[in-house]
Amino acid sequence: MSAYSLRGLNWFKALGADAKPVDGLPASLKVADGFFAGQPVRFIAVVADPANRFVRARHGEVGLLEGWGLAKAVDEVITADQDKAQKRALIAIVDVPSQAYGRREEALGIHQALAAAADSYARARLAGHAVIGLLVGKAMSGAFLAHGYQANRLIALRDPGVMVHAMGKASAARVTLRSVEELETLAASVPPMAYDIDSYASLGLLWETLAVEQIEQPTAADLARVTECLTQAIDDVAHKGADLSGRLGATNRAASSKVRQLLSEQW
Amino acid sequence: MTDSASLLNKHSFVELGARQRAKALLDAGTFRELLDPFQRVMSPWLARQGVVPQADDGVVIAKGSLDGLPVVIAAIEGAFQGGSLGEVGGAKIAGALELAAEDNRKGIPTRAVLLLETGGVRLQEANLGLAAIADIHAAIVDLRQYQPVVGVVAGSVGCFGGMSIAAGLCSYLLVTQEARLGLNGPQVIEQEAGLEEYDSRDRPFIWSLTGGEQRFASGLVDRYVADDAAQIRQQIGDLFKLGLPTRQRSQQADLYLQRLARLNAEPQIEPCVVRDLYQGERS
Repeated sequence: MSAYSLRGLNWFKALGADAKPVDGLPASLKVADGFFAGQPVRFIAVVADPANRFVRARHGEVGLLEGWGLAKAVDEVITADQDKAQKRALIAIVDVPSQAYGRREEALGIHQALAAAADSYARARLAGHAVIGLLVGKAMSGAFLAHGYQANRLIALRDPGVMVHAMGKASAARVTLRSVEELETLAASVPPMAYDIDSYASLGLLWETLAVEQIEQPTAADLARVTECLTQAIDDVAHKGADLSGRLGATNRAASSKVRQLLSEQW
Repeated sequence: MTDSASLLNKHSFVELGARQRAKALLDAGTFRELLDPFQRVMSPWLARQGVVPQADDGVVIAKGSLDGLPVVIAAIEGAFQGGSLGEVGGAKIAGALELAAEDNRKGIPTRAVLLLETGGVRLQEANLGLAAIADIHAAIVDLRQYQPVVGVVAGSVGCFGGMSIAAGLCSYLLVTQEARLGLNGPQVIEQEAGLEEYDSRDRPFIWSLTGGEQRFASGLVDRYVADDAAQIRQQIGDLFKLGLPTRQRSQQADLYLQRLARLNAEPQIEPCVVRDLYQGERS
């Protein structure tokens, strides 16, 4: 087994088999332009680059180059499609183990690099691009905020390796002054603390979850199912709008709606 | 004025709680809090984990005016759970920014100030905190189309995690010497990367990399101000008068990629290297 996940890369290659690769970006970014049944799309994945100049970002983490690079890859699309009636959809293939943790990263302002990525995805959404996040592996914390969380629609594949969280278990335990065992016990009874995708789905943040046959290396049937789902998601955005309101409404996220309602009444 | 007299006249901003900070920034008599503590909209997740919730969930939303202009302030209480954002506190900030953007679409020029004292996501509400922060990011980018969003990191908690990304999305950022701004908290970096990479107990080292003075000298924030409520208020007013920036810091990918390309990433980094790389001879 590889020291890093290859899911993002494999799904990128499968979905973008006929797409045209985009150059001029860091080696840790895979970007290509293709079509889904006449709809132009840009696929974007962050992948491991074992030769990354930044040693703390060699396993697929979102670091300085990745943050600014994602921003560039998305900005290109916004600018190029500015006057076009049909905007390219952006498909963020998400398999990101974490943001990069390191001295160089903090010193050089990794927060600003990740802000640039989130900024571009959000502006793409506001400019009328469908932005779809496809979760095929880990979607962790700052890495997910930079790559995927600004999507209009989030789709997760059903697999134990697909997980969303704010922090790895060891660090989360240290920060909250708990043991990893205590953390796991709590996570089992508190849905927002859990690491599994079903608990995450109960928060109402996903538009769809999909089962596949081979998560690591998609089969032809997997590819067909996911492509169909992505196409439906793009269509859904076109009909229901580009904001993030579709994420509200779940029982396990009721307070988020209640707060908004009260604020609006008191505004 | 002598030094001691000016010291006596100074009103520390850092020492104020979230509600007092909001009051100190708004025009006298205009402070109006939304979802105040008496409404007791609290975290539905903390009690079952043995953590005592707080009646405002550690976030104060206040409307009023600043130099006569309509403004909403979202102030995070660093003293409650390290300023961490859970579902309710996060939704208060996101919701307030969303309503400010709606105001602008209706012709009401509401601006926003974010007072950021936060470690980021509240881990007891993990995924709901993360989701709320994504909403905050979205709302800042939306509101910023119409009016500047000013972020203030005064200290002493600093601004970390997903909210440091929110800071990076602000039109303008203002910091004091007490401030720290960075993605990852020192403890977490030490946990993930080891003591040699990042010693979380070496405070001078941490401030030298992520402190307010260094961030200003590196061009990663816009104003470096003394810990004085009147001066901070004045500077925020000045930033609003500037209007929208000609180019957002978070929209300069080509520039930062060029700068990073010039860096020799091999040796461990020193603060002066960042200053030189980002600001050239100016520092």
